[in-house]
Amino acid sequence: MEFSFYLIQLLNGIQYGFLLFLVASGLTLVFGIMDVINLAHGSFYMIGAYLAFWLTGIFGSLFLGIVLAIPLAVALGFVVERLAIAYLYKKGHLHQVLLTYALILIFDEAQRFLWGNDSHGVDIPAALSGSITLTDIQVYPVYRLFVSFVCIVIGVGMFYVIQKTKLGMTIRAGASNRQMTQALGINIERLFTIVFSLGVGLAAFAGMIAAPIDSLYPGMGDNILIISLVVVVIGGIGSIKGAFVGAMIIGVSSIFGKTLFPSMASIVVYAMMAGILIWKPQGLFKSA
Amino acid sequence: MTTGSPGNNTPLIEARGLHTFYGDSHILHGIDITIHKSETVSLIGRNGMGKTTTLRTLIGLAPPRQGTIKVHGRDIKKSKVHKIVHQGIAYVPDDRGIFPNLSLYENLIMAARSGPNGRDDWPLSRVLDLFPRLKERMGHMGNQLSGGEQQMLTIGRALMTNPDLILLDEATEGLAPKLRKIIWAVIKQIKKAGIATVIVDKDIKTLLEISDRNIIIEKGKIIYDGDSEKLIKEPEILKKYVGV
Repeated sequence: MEFSFYLIQLLNGIQYGFLLFLVASGLTLVFGIMDVINLAHGSFYMIGAYLAFWLTGIFGSLFLGIVLAIPLAVALGFVVERLAIAYLYKKGHLHQVLLTYALILIFDEAQRFLWGNDSHGVDIPAALSGSITLTDIQVYPVYRLFVSFVCIVIGVGMFYVIQKTKLGMTIRAGASNRQMTQALGINIERLFTIVFSLGVGLAAFAGMIAAPIDSLYPGMGDNILIISLVVVVIGGIGSIKGAFVGAMIIGVSSIFGKTLFPSMASIVVYAMMAGILIWKPQGLFKSA
Repeated sequence: MTTGSPGNNTPLIEARGLHTFYGDSHILHGIDITIHKSETVSLIGRNGMGKTTTLRTLIGLAPPRQGTIKVHGRDIKKSKVHKIVHQGIAYVPDDRGIFPNLSLYENLIMAARSGPNGRDDWPLSRVLDLFPRLKERMGHMGNQLSGGEQQMLTIGRALMTNPDLILLDEATEGLAPKLRKIIWAVIKQIKKAGIATVIVDKDIKTLLEISDRNIIIEKGKIIYDGDSEKLIKEPEILKKYVGV
């Protein structure tokens, strides 16, 4: 096979990794800082995709649809945190698993009620519908490069917020020692609400920009949840850096696995996880 | 320099009949404690008698099941920890509570806030003047600091909240004699600056020297509350309840 073939797989893997990073970063922060296992996190990816589909249909523009859908997703995150997740902070993981699993069922039913059981798709915006020629016969879609670019911008922004701002310092402090963070005058509940809402926003945004390259179907959040949990465990719970590295490892290995070893594709990701956990049982990085 | 206590004679903290539990374990049995503005109070007692629990109860980390706590005359029993901190109470825990994943600079900056009444007496520069050694280690992560540096940082961080009162648990525990001297000198400066402190430490001699008042706790009850001069004249009390 040609070099360009591998290059395309690598680009696809990186682009998939970036999407995984957007989903997993919220999941790892919610787990690491709030000690909440949020099984419904994948549902927000699905909700983001359907919001983009719905609003794009109304306004005829994916960009406008996304701009309108982001505040809706963050607001949904806020409401879910206040009405459901906030009751879990003093409960054990079993309560969290039960409640967030119930949320998956509720969101899935809501999705079927609103948009039905059929698969849907979102058109790639005309401005980004072209391709870049790699060789005489190999081309690469501009929209996929655009997705990677947007994810890089968001990743850099997130890195800046986490590493350079007082909010980021507080989030990292909260991930390390919740009680001491409170004892320094930080309103930990408000911090949790912010982190959860932003996490929901990121997962939903990943669903929105993935909508034109992925089909929309009922329960589409379940697969990304499982893969994102793998990313979080590999990267180290609560670590943004870990979520990034884990997402890239899983993104690239998943795409190459599907292409080079199609019969074993489904186990490649889990074999990778097992190998990394044997080497580093706590994951690759420490929290935040 | 002023501290933020609004009332002239209103105590900074006035706690009555505190009963605190950890699960089923009844730790504090009806503690009454009053701390006045600019007062240095030592909390003395053997291990496991309830000193740390008293401090954690006052800051809200171990809320009492019974009793009342007033800060500046306002009932804070049901207040969340951060609200109590905003009233001008700072806490230096016995494990120091340094964030290992934040640099020394970030540990200080993330705590920075104006005190009650908007006071801003302790900017970073003043805290660093108090602990010149921290200046050289600003970029080091919390887990790269020595025990002495961590203790300086945790006190410096408490000062960054511009408090009226610092609850200081095991102020010099586990430190080399030279570092202890530095920490005690700093505590004296904090006292001079008009900030009240409640200090738990095993160095009873220095505590008696530095404190305006001493409280002895035995099995979750206060069995002595008086000034140092009086306590020095009653060595049998210290011998009986503290073993010195």
